[in-house]
Amino acid sequence: MSDKFDVIIVGAGPSGLAAGYMLAKEGMDVIIVERGDHPGTKNVMGGVLYRQPTEEIIPKFWEKAPVERAIVEQRMWLVDKESVVTLGHRSKGFGTEPYNNFTVLRAKFDRWFAEQVVDAGALLITETVVEDFLYDGSRIVGVKTGREQGDIRANVIILAEGVNSLLAQKVGLQRDGINSSELAVAVKEIITLPKEKIEDRFNLEEGEGATIELVGDSTFGMMGTGFIYTNKDSLSVGCGVLVSQLVEHEGLNPNEILEHMKSHPAVKPLLQGGESNEYLAHMIPEGGYRAMPKLYRDNVLVVGDAAMLCNGIHREGSNMALTSGKFAAETVIAAHQRGDYSAGMLSEYQSKLEKSFVLKDLKKYQNVGVVMERNRHFFSFYPHAVNAALEEFLTVDSVPKKEKQQRIWNEVTSQRSKYEIIKDLYRGWRVMG
Amino acid sequence: MTIEDKLFLNRFQADKHSHLKIRDRDVCRSCERKPCTYICPAKVYAWDEKEERIDTAYEGCLECGTCRYGCAHDNIDWRNPRGGFGIMYKNG
Repeated sequence: MSDKFDVIIVGAGPSGLAAGYMLAKEGMDVIIVERGDHPGTKNVMGGVLYRQPTEEIIPKFWEKAPVERAIVEQRMWLVDKESVVTLGHRSKGFGTEPYNNFTVLRAKFDRWFAEQVVDAGALLITETVVEDFLYDGSRIVGVKTGREQGDIRANVIILAEGVNSLLAQKVGLQRDGINSSELAVAVKEIITLPKEKIEDRFNLEEGEGATIELVGDSTFGMMGTGFIYTNKDSLSVGCGVLVSQLVEHEGLNPNEILEHMKSHPAVKPLLQGGESNEYLAHMIPEGGYRAMPKLYRDNVLVVGDAAMLCNGIHREGSNMALTSGKFAAETVIAAHQRGDYSAGMLSEYQSKLEKSFVLKDLKKYQNVGVVMERNRHFFSFYPHAVNAALEEFLTVDSVPKKEKQQRIWNEVTSQRSKYEIIKDLYRGWRVMG
Repeated sequence: MTIEDKLFLNRFQADKHSHLKIRDRDVCRSCERKPCTYICPAKVYAWDEKEERIDTAYEGCLECGTCRYGCAHDNIDWRNPRGGFGIMYKNG
């Protein structure tokens, strides 16, 4: 191992691998340090990978990569105790090239992705934890790993260590630490089920996939969502809630929320006969634009989850990770050409993010988290009210429709005043619009 | 399914040493809610009434880091397990 590299990347997740791939392709001397035994064995996501941002790194990746299913239908369920109101969109076009998104399993996909990065010329070392930075005076000149004589030197370090960003915090890029209302804890179960059953139950053709996001009683009304994604011959079933709200909900464990969701009468038949294969947990950086760390300093860049680049509203994160990795690589290549790795030079990374969908979207939704956290009824009262209203309306009991409408309205306004409902609508429109 | 049953499905390479340490035992004694005992998806933390201390079953840790941020007293010294140790997800 040469003792000095152009670039050290900490973490072989989507953002780190994307950066590594681009840098290696440009002939840069790059080393990726991963703490798992293989890339991917420490990585978890719900399971949706978007085609376009991934293809910007590796064209036509789906022809070779271990993707699960091309998603043709995306559903949203508003869940009450025993009922559900469903919305959704299906398009045949999403099932053919160039595709929109795929379900993937990180342990499989990242391992494949890492192989491409190594083929492109990057050095990958696994089973190695980066514990600290290496300083020359106040200048960061490399990292210290947990290995004996494990110091590695480089001109620049890309932190792609994920949501629990110990190094970004250590070096003071993460301002005051992360608040527990800016993080969600998610748990997931992989439930194996034969292909044919999945395709029957979700009304899919061979190879096609579907996703369902659940809002409401599935997370006991806490700010969060549940999800069911179809893989080749398994389902990814999970849920996530804000850490701060879970702390307040004394005695409740994330697994109990998942079991509660699995037992819902609309969910249970989808899972019937399936066998649990794995139980996973991960945090999701939900803080958005306001909770972002400082993204660069002299000789250091932060990408992906470590940079809080995640859009919970639209279930996007892997796309932001890949795109930030790409921008970091482009910035580092320019820095290398000038031989200048100062904060001033690396600030180009932030400009690239600002000009792209990544920070435009995070800025657009920067107040949503705070508003939703303060207005819990968005996740409890409204899913319940919509279900109750439709139940009333769909019950045929010889009551005139006009009277039913009045009943629904009375029921709703007995729980939340007209004034409050108008205020909620306005608030929702203000933060989402 | 219980957490214990679920953890049994997972692949672990357990280290001999814990990567999770309680910084100050006295803080836990006076901590009213002890959120670490319920927010952890793997139920790593349990309150031992007799010994008046938090026990950490670190071997089953899923490395999400929730405990680190859920502890209001910042009383958990959270580190990554040594390289190659800890949870090894098959699916991710």
